Amino acid sequence: MILFEHVFKRYPERGEALTNVSFEMKVGEMAFLTGHSGAGKSTLLRLIGLLERPTRGQILVNGRNLATLPRCQIPYHRRQVGMIFQDHRLLPDRSVFDNVALPLVVTGLGHKEVGRRVRAALDQVGLLRRERAKPVALSGGEQQRVGIARAVVGRPPVLLADEPTGNLDPDLSREIFELFERFQYVGVTLLIATHDLGLVKSMRHRTFTLGDGRLINDTRSW
Amino acid sequence: MPKQRARSQRRRTRLRDLPGIWFSQHLHSAKDTFWRLMDTPLPTGMTVAVIGISLALPAALYVLADNLRTMAGGWDQTAAISLFLHVDVNDATAKTIVSQLQTWPEIAQIQLITRESALDEFRALGGFEKALEQLPNNPLPVVLAIYPQNTYSTPQQLELLQDRLKTLPDADFVRMDTLWLQRFQAILALIQTGVLLLGSLLGMGVLLIVGNTIRLEILNQRIEIEIMELVGATAAFIRRPFLYAGAWYGLLGGLSAWLVVTLAILLLQEPVSHLASLYRSDFPLSGLGFLATGIILSGSILLGLIGSWIAVNRHLHSTEPG
Repeated sequence: MILFEHVFKRYPERGEALTNVSFEMKVGEMAFLTGHSGAGKSTLLRLIGLLERPTRGQILVNGRNLATLPRCQIPYHRRQVGMIFQDHRLLPDRSVFDNVALPLVVTGLGHKEVGRRVRAALDQVGLLRRERAKPVALSGGEQQRVGIARAVVGRPPVLLADEPTGNLDPDLSREIFELFERFQYVGVTLLIATHDLGLVKSMRHRTFTLGDGRLINDTRSW
Repeated sequence: MPKQRARSQRRRTRLRDLPGIWFSQHLHSAKDTFWRLMDTPLPTGMTVAVIGISLALPAALYVLADNLRTMAGGWDQTAAISLFLHVDVNDATAKTIVSQLQTWPEIAQIQLITRESALDEFRALGGFEKALEQLPNNPLPVVLAIYPQNTYSTPQQLELLQDRLKTLPDADFVRMDTLWLQRFQAILALIQTGVLLLGSLLGMGVLLIVGNTIRLEILNQRIEIEIMELVGATAAFIRRPFLYAGAWYGLLGGLSAWLVVTLAILLLQEPVSHLASLYRSDFPLSGLGFLATGIILSGSILLGLIGSWIAVNRHLHSTEPG
């Protein structure tokens, strides 16, 4: 599903962020991405979502070669990749419903179908009753769940999360991670960047460790 | 293989739903944008007013030129050469001269003004009655108003005709009142060029106003645009509301320009007809016709669209993946 082959990413101002990274993830696999701050976790995720292009190397996501994907195809690629951010990236002036509906609205889906799918996604994250609320009225954990609902509403085969529990307490973090596991069961490929090593160890999934832009460890903890 | 499948799936949905999706998205975007503009009436109103005033200026000048042209059209008929015969030529001789002149190919029509009718006309003008009564006999000569053929109306040709008329034995003098008409036509042409010049300059101004307004809106919605791009919105989808906003600004600006000019004409109608009546004439002031209104509205929409297009293209390219 996700294939990295000798990927390098160099920023003009910061130098090399990723050095010779290669790995493969199969369909329906869930993996954690750990490493110290600045190790290149976010860069790696941004490359998969095509927010950045690699300096060298090949990246294949869902059969698409991102190196050769023309600019006009980027939106269609992003619809295949759900992204979750630490700061949620919600629109503060729109309701929970409208925020979650955004990925469907941009595809031109009809009103009824949008409503049906948004409610299904909100139901999955347990926020069905807050659909009219504005994001500011929600707690941090709830806001993150809105972000997750938005990422999964278009039923993408790939889900990326960048420090999704960075601001949450351990109980809420575990709740979110268990939510991710449920998506894995239905065949979604998940890659989650996190600092939370304790939680990572306890959840027994494949774990990549980045150090100074290199993939220094790829373990299956079981 | 999965790539191919994804693409063929996309094509299927596109082909089947494209017209419906396209239409409903555009309708939704147009309505949505309009109400968003109406949500902020003050800034919207100010932008619209600036566009309206910019467009009202050339439109008003156009109306002025149009009315002057109509006025001059009436005068073209009177662009005649007046041939004054000697005072001792009587009406019978004048008639033979007329029949002689009617054979000339460059002359379309001749109107004979006899000494009597000239005197009557003079009396009718008023003020001269007393003076005329003092005179022992009619001092006015016979006048022939000569209308040249339409194909024979350049200044040079008229000059030739005038010279030829002067050689007639009974001719006293020939007067041609075309110089002032030529000057007037030149002024009219100048105003028309002015309309074009002012129109293009102020049109550029409208382009810049709309462009700048849209640029600010894009900056305001930076975060929203970024998030829409993250969830897979195409460039066309993101561009669409801004282009509609530009078109709305254009349309509303064009409508207010039309309103300003039409109101001005209504206000001027009364004084103009009063002035015309002092000149013993009836001159209805004409407003912006269908064609001119159409040009103003479609032009203003186009300017709004182009202005926002420029702004959108400049500012959406900066969010490409590096």
